[in-house]
Amino acid sequence: MNRQRSTFLITVLCFGYAFLYIPIIMVMIYSFNDSRIVSVWGGFSFRWYLALLDNRQIIEAALLSLRIAFISATIATILGTLAGLALTRMGRFRGRILFTGMIVAPLVMPEVITGLSLLLLFVSLQDFIGWPGQRGATTIMIGHITFSMAYVAVIVQSRLMSMDQSLEEAAMDLGGRPFRVTIDITLPIIAPAMLSGWLLAFTLSLDDLVIASFVSGPGASTLPMWIYSKIRLGVTPDINALATIIITIVSIGVVIACWLMLRQEKQRQQDAQLAYKNNL
Amino acid sequence: MVEETSDQSTEKPAWQDPAAKPFIQIENVSKDFNGFIAVNKVSLDIYQGELFSILGASGCGKTTLLRILAGFERPTTGRILIDGMDMTNIPPYERPINMMFQSYAVFPHMTVEKNVAYGLKKEGIAKEQIQTRVAEMLELVQMTEFAKRKPHQLSGGQLQRVALARALVKKPKVLLLDEPLAALDKKLREHTQFELMNIQDQIGVTFVVVTHDQDEAMILSSRIVVMHKGELIQCGTPKEIYEYPINRYVADFFGTINLFEGNVSRVDDKTMEVECKEISTTVKALSSDTTRVNDQLTIAVRPEKISISKEAPEGEDLSILKGIVWDLGYYGKLSIYKVRTETGKVIQVSAQNRIRSAERVLEWDEEVYLSWDIQSSVVLTE
Repeated sequence: MNRQRSTFLITVLCFGYAFLYIPIIMVMIYSFNDSRIVSVWGGFSFRWYLALLDNRQIIEAALLSLRIAFISATIATILGTLAGLALTRMGRFRGRILFTGMIVAPLVMPEVITGLSLLLLFVSLQDFIGWPGQRGATTIMIGHITFSMAYVAVIVQSRLMSMDQSLEEAAMDLGGRPFRVTIDITLPIIAPAMLSGWLLAFTLSLDDLVIASFVSGPGASTLPMWIYSKIRLGVTPDINALATIIITIVSIGVVIACWLMLRQEKQRQQDAQLAYKNNL
Repeated sequence: MVEETSDQSTEKPAWQDPAAKPFIQIENVSKDFNGFIAVNKVSLDIYQGELFSILGASGCGKTTLLRILAGFERPTTGRILIDGMDMTNIPPYERPINMMFQSYAVFPHMTVEKNVAYGLKKEGIAKEQIQTRVAEMLELVQMTEFAKRKPHQLSGGQLQRVALARALVKKPKVLLLDEPLAALDKKLREHTQFELMNIQDQIGVTFVVVTHDQDEAMILSSRIVVMHKGELIQCGTPKEIYEYPINRYVADFFGTINLFEGNVSRVDDKTMEVECKEISTTVKALSSDTTRVNDQLTIAVRPEKISISKEAPEGEDLSILKGIVWDLGYYGKLSIYKVRTETGKVIQVSAQNRIRSAERVLEWDEEVYLSWDIQSSVVLTE
């Protein structure tokens, strides 16, 4: 395979990566800009990072976002797993295809529609039963649960479908009642899928601006909401610093995840070799 | 239980003893999957201590029947009795039956030890007792040294032992095995086959095995039932089924067989002659009370029952025909000849290579005589 690499392909590749990464690199570079004006380079400094630490609003918004993301991801994982279990293990029932379709519908629904309909729901609930009172963190959580639950359900469902159903039957055959079998066998086996569902729900919640804007009230601003409202008044360099921090955290997360996966794969190969040797 | 089985081996087998009580009774069981009849009115008695095989091609309903026994499927009609108790509506976790799955279904997130202990834990047995019973069981299947291993660190044969130990540790009255050897390679299969038989002999549990492999069924079983399209075709000992198949399907399913269609030309008390146009020969066979002249039937002859020779054989009870060697294959302990008759029909013959010789006794295109005894003609009326 010692072919002359085409210059054209290399150019195209560079162009593609540049397109993807130049905006991010620009943000990172300008986060170290000493100047108050975003577009003018005034020397290297950490001042905007220090300014972030003093900004109570930012820290509060970030903490709120994390709290909402954590709680909504957890509840969405529970509900999504239950939905996935019901759809794959209840056997064939009337309207199963309809229900399966209905669980994925929120994935393709425009966020604006989801946000608007949730807002209308909360407003009319307020009129009828006097709840949720003031909209804020709770309503954002409910909104996030509704759409991220669908993602979890889809992930869990696909794992359940690929799982050997005779594992559950074997457990039942050995005297496990259906509920115990789900706890003893099914959940541990689908746990990785639930974890990735949780992570996805967590990221989606952290990331969400549209739905949160619809269903939030005056008291509660998530981090994306805060950034967005700041930018409307003009970009300040501390946003760049914040963005850089977020990018760094995400990158570290991705690197760790890759490393863990690589290690697991190596372990699996070693185990397979061991099993092969035992066989001889 | 062990004593009972050793007694049985000296006496008449249970299925021939009219006084014996069947252990598993399958009464008129049918299973209808939305119009597809997987099992059709099956009735079957299985006795204690048997190693009973359900044999058939894929899709014949044998696995469904096994799943009905285990309790994973509810029969559309009919009853299942085990040890005299009606099990039809009892869920799988309350049946005194355990099953070894085709995929082995060893729990991937538990060690070998925990896998085997699972069933005992569900029974609520004391911890120390669980430990001793698990250790005993692992000893029996020779997996003690792997007790702390996880399933992905084991080979196929080892997984099979874990699955077996896990199913047996609860001391079930019946062990169901779904294609127990299908996932193993050939050498391991032969080894495991005999091991399964030894273990069954040691603990005396009734085994019901589902398989599509007729060799496996023949070696393992005390009795075999052949299923086809959801129905029972024939039930009997391996020998009965091999030597006295009741129809073409069974005859053909068990190894190779030569089939000749014909009309009865002469009948007396014990024997008959069948005019087979395909090979333009009169074949001699034993007659039954119901045989009449001009009955249409099929004669089946196993390849190893046919003698092949260069000189014309003589004998009153022999069916003889002439042909040329059309193809031959040397298989070490035996040679297989395909002989073509004057009418164009190809007949398979297998002969043991009793004489050590580098040279072939028979060559291609050589003229030969085929003959077989009257006893070897199997009469199929269907």
